[in-house]
Amino acid sequence: MALTQSDIDVEVNDLQTAYDKARAAGAPAQNHPPRDYAPYRSSVLRHPKQPLVAVNGGDPETIELSGPVFGPTDITDTDNDLTIQHQGEPLGERITVSGRLLDRDGRPVRGQLVEIWQANASGRYAHLRDQHPAPLDPNFTGVGRTLTDDEGRYAFTTIKPGAYPWRNHTNAWRPAHIHFSLFGTAFTQRLVTQMYFPNDPLFRYDPILRSVTDESARDRLVATYNHDLSQPEFSLGYEWDIVLDGPSATWIEEGR
Amino acid sequence: MSETLLPTPSHTVGPFYGYALPFPEGEQVAPKGHPDTIALHGYVLDGEGNPVPDAILEFWQAGPDGSLKGAPGSLRRDPVTGGFLGRNGIDFTGFGRVATDADGHYALYTLPPGNAGLPYISVCVFARGLLHHLYTRAYLTDGADPLLDALSADRRATLVAAEEQNRTYRFDIRLQGEGETVFLEFQ
Ligand SMILES: [Fe+3]
Repeated sequence: MALTQSDIDVEVNDLQTAYDKARAAGAPAQNHPPRDYAPYRSSVLRHPKQPLVAVNGGDPETIELSGPVFGPTDITDTDNDLTIQHQGEPLGERITVSGRLLDRDGRPVRGQLVEIWQANASGRYAHLRDQHPAPLDPNFTGVGRTLTDDEGRYAFTTIKPGAYPWRNHTNAWRPAHIHFSLFGTAFTQRLVTQMYFPNDPLFRYDPILRSVTDESARDRLVATYNHDLSQPEFSLGYEWDIVLDGPSATWIEEGR
Repeated sequence: MSETLLPTPSHTVGPFYGYALPFPEGEQVAPKGHPDTIALHGYVLDGEGNPVPDAILEFWQAGPDGSLKGAPGSLRRDPVTGGFLGRNGIDFTGFGRVATDADGHYALYTLPPGNAGLPYISVCVFARGLLHHLYTRAYLTDGADPLLDALSADRRATLVAAEEQNRTYRFDIRLQGEGETVFLEFQ
């Protein structure tokens, strides 16, 4: 029998209650989702059951403390404007999304690759396997890339993606989101995540967002509407800063 | 060192990255036709031993000279058409990205890493269903190594690629269950 939203809600709420209780009893905050989160059904057979093995990041020979680099040859001029990649204008609400890419000490990550992908305004990906019967937009692919500047800043012009259904359970809908892929100065800082839009009524029903059981961590996935970033007669502005986790070699250099 | 900011949480790569993240020649880290080229290949498998056709793997490694500087140009783009030019065939970027095929298989073509100690290639695994990526290492030879030496024999074996014929190494990644690959966290 297919799972209903209320079946999933029960599981999500049980895990939320267990997390909140553990926190109240002094357990540390979890900044990331557990890999094993049953309400997200695809995780069940795809998470390791053995504990992760710790590698001492203090060893400067650890290869993962360095990481891939990218440069101006890796992007083109139209890569950070998803609205000009075709002959015509895409449908939907034009937005600009910008923010800074930082490490946990607040230092900007400069000249690194930021990649995004997203559904179109009606909630359809330009991907063959997306069977959602919403219209494709011939003027929107939904893929962007950019390099961060000297302050770690990135900016994209795009359209606001639509919510879309998926098959986790009956009547499962993802809140509108933009997928982000980020590199730090070290491979250990690698991050793939999703940015959400403020006040989406679907937040509470989505087991992917709710897999981040720490409420303040969840809030860090939601962009802020910033009127000063809106461009007159053109676009609405959203601001979203991204903080990379994980050790990097610069920590060692600066006296660890 | 004090950490002042809280990190942005990880989220799954989802099922629809396929038109965004992979790029032509993502698996061709070695310069074209380089005589020292090795192949690293294998399957990504789930807890029931079934192939994972929607995983995407990233690889990072030292150059053959041991350099960890990498180089730009993995995704080299054509400024005229906006398409991909492919790598320039000269610079060793140290970075590869490969999506698994319908059989859950991947293959990476690269140069042997020249890092200090045992040569290894760092692997980062993303997939639908994986809320937070996983790190592992493909060691190209067995031997004394602080990480390997701390593991039991069966766990250790999951990190050592098996040398097949023709400079080809087999490295399967089992996400769960019997023969589960050792996954790493960096502290
Ligand atoms: Fe999505």
